[in-house]
Amino acid sequence: MLTSADLDTLLLTFKVASIATALMLLLGTPLAWWLARTHSAWKGIINAVVAMPLVLPPTVLGFYLLVLMGPAGPVGQFTNWLGLGTLPFTFPGVVIASVLYSMPFVVQPLQAAFTTIGEQPLEAAATLRASPLDTFFSVVLPLAKPGFLTATILGFAHTVGEFGVVLMVGGNIPDKTRVVSVQIYNHVEAMEYGQAHWLAGCLLAFSFTVLLVLYTVLKTQPVTHQLK
Amino acid sequence: MPVPNFTRIFITATLLQFGHESWAASVLVAVAANFSKPMTEIAAEFEKATGHSAKLSFGSSGKFVSQIENGGPFEVLLSADEKGPQKLEKSGLTVQDSRFVYALGKLVLWSAKPGYVDDQGKILASGDFKHLALADPKLAPYGAAAVEVLKKNGLFEKLQPLFVQGENIAQTLQFLITANAELGFIALSQVIENGKIASGSGWIIPGDDYTPIKQSAVLLKRGAENPAAPALMTFLKSAPALAIIEKYGYDLPK
Repeated sequence: MLTSADLDTLLLTFKVASIATALMLLLGTPLAWWLARTHSAWKGIINAVVAMPLVLPPTVLGFYLLVLMGPAGPVGQFTNWLGLGTLPFTFPGVVIASVLYSMPFVVQPLQAAFTTIGEQPLEAAATLRASPLDTFFSVVLPLAKPGFLTATILGFAHTVGEFGVVLMVGGNIPDKTRVVSVQIYNHVEAMEYGQAHWLAGCLLAFSFTVLLVLYTVLKTQPVTHQLK
Repeated sequence: MPVPNFTRIFITATLLQFGHESWAASVLVAVAANFSKPMTEIAAEFEKATGHSAKLSFGSSGKFVSQIENGGPFEVLLSADEKGPQKLEKSGLTVQDSRFVYALGKLVLWSAKPGYVDDQGKILASGDFKHLALADPKLAPYGAAAVEVLKKNGLFEKLQPLFVQGENIAQTLQFLITANAELGFIALSQVIENGKIASGSGWIIPGDDYTPIKQSAVLLKRGAENPAAPALMTFLKSAPALAIIEKYGYDLPK
């Protein structure tokens, strides 16, 4: 059965994933919009940077975050200067790492959705004297709704499943950074296979349900199409 | 028709090659993370002395045990403790009576900051550090030893909220080297060079404060037929190997 420590890790994981997903939508929407509309030479570079976590081993990302956010790193010196202390081994640190790690899963579906909308509805809105902001909220948002749903679900689910980055920057602290994937790993390492099965079963059921909703109810194309 | 000369030479050379390879074999060794530096040196000496080679894989002992139980290809296990090899013995995966203690691990309280850790470890009671790094006591013997030291000094309750845990001793060192944790317990072998703590500051914890860390080696059944595997087991007890083990701050088994 699940112990109370196991339940705490599940709860913490959903807390991390919810906050990270909200942040990713907030940051990812303007970024994806810009990427979808711009002809700037920077587009390729920014696209590549956003997609990097898809390719990089999570431990590499985790290690560099540890260095950057540590007391000797530029980010760490900045947060220290702000009086916030350093980010590794803290809840905000894990959220920030998750945002970086799962960002492509939010930006890419949004970018695809925005690109599909094209120029015409925007031009039509402009002739009707809608302000750009008005156009975004009354034309773009409704048209891009499937993209937003996909981005939200994938961003959330991918954060729940994240492991290597949190292992590196988290420090395995109960109720702060010990997420469910780390807990499963520790159960397996300690040869507590029974408990590992229970937790892993929960994650398995969760991921399957999420993807099922994504592909049947929402009729989304498989992820690989989205990522092209 | 006589066989052309070059063909004969080629065949002879090929046969010699095969002959040479079956004599100079290669052994796949799973090595506990704390023993990675000395083992790399020992492997080089082993190759020079016997002609066999040792391929080394570094990681946490617990993971190696699960991998070996599930058909992992290792032929020799150099564990950080006794428990793992004993467990494999019970599962019948080892060569009988092959287990022995190759080194006794030493724990050190270490900081990347020079002059931060005093040679009595008083910093533990008085320090202003925010994080205390250690390897997960449930998984790593050096982590369990660290908890023992804290309990013995009556500091466990006070310092537990400051714990940041590495999955193994190598990851714990990363927390310390990047200065994200000011202070932590690691293996002496990780920071020692030429018999001295090479950088930062540290307190080598007296052996009476924790149960001896009996790092044990075991020959796995997979390696029984490979001449290089028992040769490596023997070499680990030889004078050149023991000198390397001692150089890295381990005590030698009695």
